[in-house]
Amino acid sequence: MNDEIYHAEVKRLAQAATGAGRLAPPKSSATLDNPLCGDRATIDLELKAGTIARLSHEVKGCLMCRAAAAILGVRAPGASLAQARQAVIDLRALLKDGRAIPPEGWAELAVFTPLGAHKSRHDCALLPFDALVQALDAAGKS
Amino acid sequence: MNFDLAAFKAEFPILARPGGGGAPLHYLDNAATAQCPERVIEAVARHERENRGNIQRGTHHLAERALEAYENARAACGRYLNAPAEEIVFTGGATAALNLIAHGLGEGLKAGDEVLLSVAEHHSALLPWQEVGRRKGIELRFLPVTREGRLDLSRLADLVGPRTKVIALTHASNVTGAVSELAPVIEAASAFGAILVLDGAQRAPHGPLDLQALGCDFYALAGHKCFGPNGIGVLWGRRALLERLPPLLVGGGMVGHVELQHSTFGPPVRRFEAGTPPIAQAVGLGAALDWLGALPWPAIHAHLAALSQRLLDGLAAFNDLRLCGPRDLANRLPVFAFDLAGAHPHDVCQILDRSGVALRGGHHCAQPLMAAFGVEALSRASLAPYNDQADIDALLKGLDQARRILL
Repeated sequence: MNDEIYHAEVKRLAQAATGAGRLAPPKSSATLDNPLCGDRATIDLELKAGTIARLSHEVKGCLMCRAAAAILGVRAPGASLAQARQAVIDLRALLKDGRAIPPEGWAELAVFTPLGAHKSRHDCALLPFDALVQALDAAGKS
Repeated sequence: MNFDLAAFKAEFPILARPGGGGAPLHYLDNAATAQCPERVIEAVARHERENRGNIQRGTHHLAERALEAYENARAACGRYLNAPAEEIVFTGGATAALNLIAHGLGEGLKAGDEVLLSVAEHHSALLPWQEVGRRKGIELRFLPVTREGRLDLSRLADLVGPRTKVIALTHASNVTGAVSELAPVIEAASAFGAILVLDGAQRAPHGPLDLQALGCDFYALAGHKCFGPNGIGVLWGRRALLERLPPLLVGGGMVGHVELQHSTFGPPVRRFEAGTPPIAQAVGLGAALDWLGALPWPAIHAHLAALSQRLLDGLAAFNDLRLCGPRDLANRLPVFAFDLAGAHPHDVCQILDRSGVALRGGHHCAQPLMAAFGVEALSRASLAPYNDQADIDALLKGLDQARRILL
């Protein structure tokens, strides 16, 4: 069962690391740690007219964490703030409740479907997404 | 005395159950939690079936029997540690014991005093002193580690002085397995009248201790690492020091006399065991330590040394694997942490689990030590006497599989 989570697409995403790096200077940024393993994800954002204009990430983490950050790198630029927040809800629902990604959602998130059976790894995929929420919240306050 | 590995392993019912992926279980996470032998499980169950009652508060026969079982367990801990039972404090675990010590000793410290720790400390040994530092304005100083992760005692003379009131160190690292060399530390502590606290969570399961000879003032251990139940630990302290130590928790069972505005506390060790203690867990720990104390340790150490050498040789064959710890077997426990280049420990451990190999991956509650090694996390294999060659071989084979999947 375990090797199901390390399928070709999730490895491809992690290796591609789309969006890796830092924005200089970021308009909004958030860093989150996974206290269980020490993994760290930083999300930098630049917002424009209710959308995410640019996103970069810096991740020190496992393959799941890196693949999740790469999905943000692919899908977040150009997305509305509402779409980005919904993606976080969709990923959490996929992992915790096994709910399929809705047709209007970010289809790439389905790569984490096998991860649902491994509760101890949910936070690995969620870390960059939770950092995104914090970065969005920070942008909203500034 | 010989060590019958098959008979020993048969005492652990969980080891006959399948591991991850339905494969035979190769349990190599003993530094986190060692498994319970049937005799310990039965001791806890028998206590709950036959002797369950509260202690010190009742005169009925179950209360009497519970109290007797609890105090017998304290005596068993004393036998394993070669310490008087009246110096054995039951706690909720090693973390609770280390918090109790830091809180209690910290009350007597003042701004400008120093406490010496090391960068190899478990968070449970480090954070209580950070809290004391924040409250009292004391300075924390840190022994560095060598490239192999041993305490760098060449720095001891620079770091210990008249302001050093407490030296609190790991007896053995939960990451590197390195056993601390204590003689220079004891000499330094003695020269400046510093109190020496040892975190024995890792060392305690590896054979009886002689705390009278060891030379420390306080010692902490965890029951679940000593083949006992969860939720129980031991703080040992020299009687004269326990007498001066204020409690961390206050409440029922630890008092002298209580009035509305003022209370007095009972003597050690009762002073440190507020509330209803974990009685059945203490009984289980007593059974575990009595059993551990009677094992043929020279033969077990030889068995573990042979397995450790097999593992070290196997790991050395991976040219992209870095062992973070001593490469020899001298003064080390069978605890091996390593970094497989380009493969995150969580991914490595997840993949090995499908072969039934139970490892631990992460920062091991030792982030400053991870920083010293220049990593975020490590994979760790930790051995117990019930491990065998098949466990080592499954680990090495699984690592090869992990490389092929991840790299």
